[in-house]
Amino acid sequence: MAEARFAVGRKVRVMKAYPVGHLRTPFYIRGCTGEVERVCGAFPNPEELSQMRPGEPRVPLYRVRFRQKDVWPDYAGPANDALEVEIYEHWLEGL
Amino acid sequence: MKDQGSYRPLSYFQLMEVSLRELLVEKGVLTGEQIDAEVENMRSREPTRGAFVVARAWTDPAYRKRLLENGTQACQELGLDVPALKLVVVENSAQVHNAVVCTLCSCYPRMLLGLPPDWYKSRPYRSRMVREPRKVLEEFGLSLPSEVSVRVHDSTADMRYLVLPMRPAGTEGWNEERLASIVTRDCMIGVSVPRVPRE
Repeated sequence: MAEARFAVGRKVRVMKAYPVGHLRTPFYIRGCTGEVERVCGAFPNPEELSQMRPGEPRVPLYRVRFRQKDVWPDYAGPANDALEVEIYEHWLEGL
Repeated sequence: MKDQGSYRPLSYFQLMEVSLRELLVEKGVLTGEQIDAEVENMRSREPTRGAFVVARAWTDPAYRKRLLENGTQACQELGLDVPALKLVVVENSAQVHNAVVCTLCSCYPRMLLGLPPDWYKSRPYRSRMVREPRKVLEEFGLSLPSEVSVRVHDSTADMRYLVLPMRPAGTEGWNEERLASIVTRDCMIGVSVPRVPRE
């Protein structure tokens, strides 16, 4: 199992990339900055699985917490409102 | 007048599903009985399973702790198998309200809540829940004060989510069965909260 590069609390940014294929990184969260909420373990890479390949080596998966205001600059609710999204490690860069 | 029924031609995806199913049976990969049994199995799961887990967490603090630490294992303890996928249980409090969405498709903790409701799979819910959750919750009849943070969980990959609602006042001394009766599917998705019915 791949060692997770980012610890809980680490500031991370989701890559702003637009590759083709089956991805589990929603468009709206690309380029956004958040904080690792938990490390979920390592899972077969879904981008590989969708191509009928085994998805190995497994990729660490994180739950990243974003402040709504960092995702939607015009977000109307309170500053503490948050969004938590599962992101695979190869989509994240440490800040 | 002759009853015309509500017959509509199959949609593209319905046709694809029928073709694939028939091919799998024809080629001997699966039998019709196996497919029926799996469909029956999916239909037989009801939100009462999740409600049972919630009621246990409300009455047993040690169980609640285990459930929040490792949802999958805590469900297995109750004989509920959560195969392959990991269950993350998120707890509501006086400070935080949690709600679940899957913006990419319709990921849902089927093993605990059964089949997802149609609105959960709809584009408006999936797109608006991450963008203006408070407005969506209000449309569900849940208006939250600004001192309560709203935390929306987008179920994008391998985790599945269950909201552990707050136990409402007025349920003191209730047994698990009675408690489970007020835990609805929507409470465990986070678009509602348990309410004590008026006597």
